[in-house]
Amino acid sequence: MSPNRPMLEIVALEKRYGDNVVLRGVDLRVARGELVFVIGPSGSGKSTMLRCCNRLEEPTAGDVLLAGRNICTGSSRDLDRLRLEIGMVFQNFNLYPHMTVVGNVMLAQRKALKRPAAEAKAKSMEMLQLVGLAHKAEAWPAELSGGQQQRVAIARALALDPKVMLFDEPTSALDPELVGSVLKVMKDLKDAGMTMLVVSHEMGFAREAADRVVFMDGGVVVEEGSPDEIFGAPKAERTRAFLSRVSG
Amino acid sequence: MQTVLDQFLNFEIMAKALPLLMAGLLVSAELCAAVIPLGLVGGLLLALATLSKRRAIAWPSLVFVEIFRALPPLVLLIFVYSGLPFAGVRLTPFAAVVIAFMLNNSAYFAEVYRAGIQSIGRGQWEAARSTGLSQVQTLAWVVLPQAVRNVLPDLLSNTIEVVKLTSIASVVSLGELLYAAGMARSLTYNASPLVLAATIYLVLLWPLVRLVGRFQRRLAA
Repeated sequence: MSPNRPMLEIVALEKRYGDNVVLRGVDLRVARGELVFVIGPSGSGKSTMLRCCNRLEEPTAGDVLLAGRNICTGSSRDLDRLRLEIGMVFQNFNLYPHMTVVGNVMLAQRKALKRPAAEAKAKSMEMLQLVGLAHKAEAWPAELSGGQQQRVAIARALALDPKVMLFDEPTSALDPELVGSVLKVMKDLKDAGMTMLVVSHEMGFAREAADRVVFMDGGVVVEEGSPDEIFGAPKAERTRAFLSRVSG
Repeated sequence: MQTVLDQFLNFEIMAKALPLLMAGLLVSAELCAAVIPLGLVGGLLLALATLSKRRAIAWPSLVFVEIFRALPPLVLLIFVYSGLPFAGVRLTPFAAVVIAFMLNNSAYFAEVYRAGIQSIGRGQWEAARSTGLSQVQTLAWVVLPQAVRNVLPDLLSNTIEVVKLTSIASVVSLGELLYAAGMARSLTYNASPLVLAATIYLVLLWPLVRLVGRFQRRLAA
């Protein structure tokens, strides 16, 4: 793979549910180590676009390439292997409630990566340390706050050494006072060089941490640019309308 | 009053009948040991088949479940034992009971598992699949453990029903507990062996019924 090749490429992505067209040809590139932030009104297709990136949602047309490899072709086993390299964090955390925190972080390492138990445990503790929750390793998800659960979910994804991390509204289900702890972990990840594609409404975080901001509406990318460009001097009328709405 | 006691609670006759009933209980236990695991495993496979995205698998499984939940197990058993010989299939009473029960039980257990699997939200599937776990791994490690826990009281009370239902094996002359009691009754002209058999069922199953109640309360809490 050439060093200039984007880590993640979304090419002419379309998604239709019957007559309902959610994505009408989205093109997006995320460079290695880049944090791309996707904003847009609800129903703009941004979450669907993100979920197509690991084929939780099956694209109707178009391609998604991870480091040059097309994830939209190949067998389901190929897909399972590619998903190891694509971490995903969900709005509702989706921790496994019947496993302890460390059990959550270990499962895919053991079963999908086939890491030996001791190695998986060590890696899990390292990741929990990273998100500041090593002391909660033996706790149950139900005993944690939302912010803590989301940080465990991040650790669970990171433990597989992904090349890209996808964040689907990672702070939308959190109480306001817990948002900061999750954003801090995301900022640390960015500083450590992780490639990240983030769908979120945290505009303040986008200004501070994003390399690029993408505005989506009606299933297309309307405008993209640096945070300063998008927030400071948006070109498209739809972008201006959206930003004035969300900034109240 | 004394004649009633003599007819129903004659301990002398009970003591005489006890060895016969114990032999019958052993057969009942063997029957349970065969039909309960078959029902639990068959029901799980059937539930997964009914939930399959492939219509060619889901549809026949759903029809199977509907049919065998609607057919009375006694009718099924008599058909398997006394009907199939007309097609040249002659089964031992034990095999006939096992087959009839497997058809009936797996249909019932399938419905319980299905409810359990459907109680697990899509987010659990997505989280697991997004970390590279296959569909089977997700089912085995993430979905089923939670699903089974959610329907444990129903699985257990279904199992109790199966144990009780083994008594219908007496109609095909399989020497289980009820058949043994009936035999002892006709040998002694006394109903006490039947009372004893009923007592044995009660003593064995009542704690399980209590256990189901405890599980239900704990899940509701």
